[in-house]
Amino acid sequence: MSYALREALAAFRRAPVLTGLASAMVGMALYVVGLFGLVAYNLQTSLALLEERVEVVAYLRDDVRTEEIELAVAELREIPEVRGVEYVSKDRALEDARAEFPDFQQVFADLEVNPLPASLEVELQAGSRTEENVDRIAQVASAFPFVEEVTYGEEWVDRLFTLRRIGALTALIVGTAFAVVAALIIGTALRIAIFARRDEIYIMRLVGAKDAFVRRPFLLEGALAGLLGGALALALTWLTFRGVDSFLFTIAWIPAAWAGAGVAVAVVFGVAASSLAVRRHLREVT
Amino acid sequence: MIELTRVSKEYPRRGAALRDISFQVGKGEFAFLTGHSGSGKSTTLRLIHMSEKPSRGRIRVAGYDSERISPREIWKVRRRVGFVFQDFRLLPGRTALENVAFALEVTGTPGKLIVPKAQRLLSQVGLAPKAGALVNELSGGEQQRVAVARALANEPVILLADEPTGNLDERATKGIVDLFFQLNAMGMAVLMATHDLELMRRRSHARVLELDEGRLVFDSANPDDSGPDSPTGRAS
Ligand SMILES: Nc1ncnc2c1ncn2[C@@H]1O[C@H](COP(=O)(O)OP(=O)(O)OP(=O)(O)O)[C@@H](O)[C@H]1O
Ligand SMILES: [Mg+2]
Repeated sequence: MSYALREALAAFRRAPVLTGLASAMVGMALYVVGLFGLVAYNLQTSLALLEERVEVVAYLRDDVRTEEIELAVAELREIPEVRGVEYVSKDRALEDARAEFPDFQQVFADLEVNPLPASLEVELQAGSRTEENVDRIAQVASAFPFVEEVTYGEEWVDRLFTLRRIGALTALIVGTAFAVVAALIIGTALRIAIFARRDEIYIMRLVGAKDAFVRRPFLLEGALAGLLGGALALALTWLTFRGVDSFLFTIAWIPAAWAGAGVAVAVVFGVAASSLAVRRHLREVT
Repeated sequence: MIELTRVSKEYPRRGAALRDISFQVGKGEFAFLTGHSGSGKSTTLRLIHMSEKPSRGRIRVAGYDSERISPREIWKVRRRVGFVFQDFRLLPGRTALENVAFALEVTGTPGKLIVPKAQRLLSQVGLAPKAGALVNELSGGEQQRVAVARALANEPVILLADEPTGNLDERATKGIVDLFFQLNAMGMAVLMATHDLELMRRRSHARVLELDEGRLVFDSANPDDSGPDSPTGRAS
């Protein structure tokens, strides 16, 4: 086993409480990030579903002629952000309404005339569901003289994007705060580890060990603390997921790539935090 | 080997520890560095080992230049220059062999070679029988031998010693100084700080450099060149 790995493991054995605490803190910090990941992922999936439904619907007057409809469909299809345009006749609108509201069967059956208008449902390309595009397409549609009204759930579009922005910002702020706390604890743990080994560090420098060699066990210790913390955070996040999924409501587990990235971030974070701490505290021992 | 050119060292609020010192120690030379307490002996050795930078002047050691070397390269100097101290500075709770092996390991000696090489170094300083003993259970003289073996780990060309016999009795002192002369006879330059006049008198063929209040006041290599306030208690 290499000197650095042996020493890093020895540091864990020598001060299990302290290094355990450092790992636990990294774990707690990343657990919060993990929770946000879980929420963000599920929010994103729901948002994507909602987004799917962002479409522009143009209701047509009853006296519209077929050629006019065909012309309008063709023109709307020309717009690059448009994925498809579907014509829904008055009859189909009624059928759909019946299917969607079975409780009102009787009401629909009693109707003498069909009160529902025909419509054109304009679906947008997956990446183009932005406020501007939706607005523009709605304008094009309402410009046709035979279009009575255009709806496109504008408030939904706005809310959707605001929600996502708030979510991202909150995750960023809370995640950063916890990361700073974790870095401070890693720094303290390493400072104590360096202090405990100051005689050895002194001898290493005296006899000509390279600086990188002196630092390596501490960086490795940081990486190990990060790895343990990342694993702990993952376990806690999974337990939370299981709990919510079994007892509250159905949610989805984050993709494996996210989990893997989270642990990798934990390791990199451990190395980076210890690198900063080691640089600073090695100067204190001479 | 060692060349100091107009070297001064000042510590904040302590004033000058060394004032305008110049001397050279050649390849394979043996030199005593002497002077009263506080005259700057330890400071001189630390500067030569490049633990600190001179405030003014330049130091060249084993081909490295204090003005050019970057902090990241100091390890190169340390491998060319061994250093032993009055208080040994061994790692307690470890054996003699482990102390020497530690120096070999942390300077990149391949794993398989560490123990045989540590054993060879210990027999070179006459301590092979005590290789397995904990250093805190060894006598002062034996501990200093371990420290010398450790200093030799990277086959240095220079050995610096800061009052290496300060904690030793007469017999142990003789043993260590004999060891230094033996190493010197094999081609190693030795610079040894001491204020043991008796010791220097008995090795009168060796070079003597004397410091007083941070000034070089006597150099047996150029006895005429000493300052106006010539030395009083030196060996010659
Ligand atoms: N790190 C330091 N900070 C401030 N002053 C220092 C430092 N090191 C040495 N000095 C001062 O420099 C002067 C020379 O000290 P140095 O230790 O070199 O003397 P010395 O000749 O080795 O003495 P001794 O025989 O007692 O070991 C002293 O006045 C000392 O107080
Ligand atoms: Mg001294």
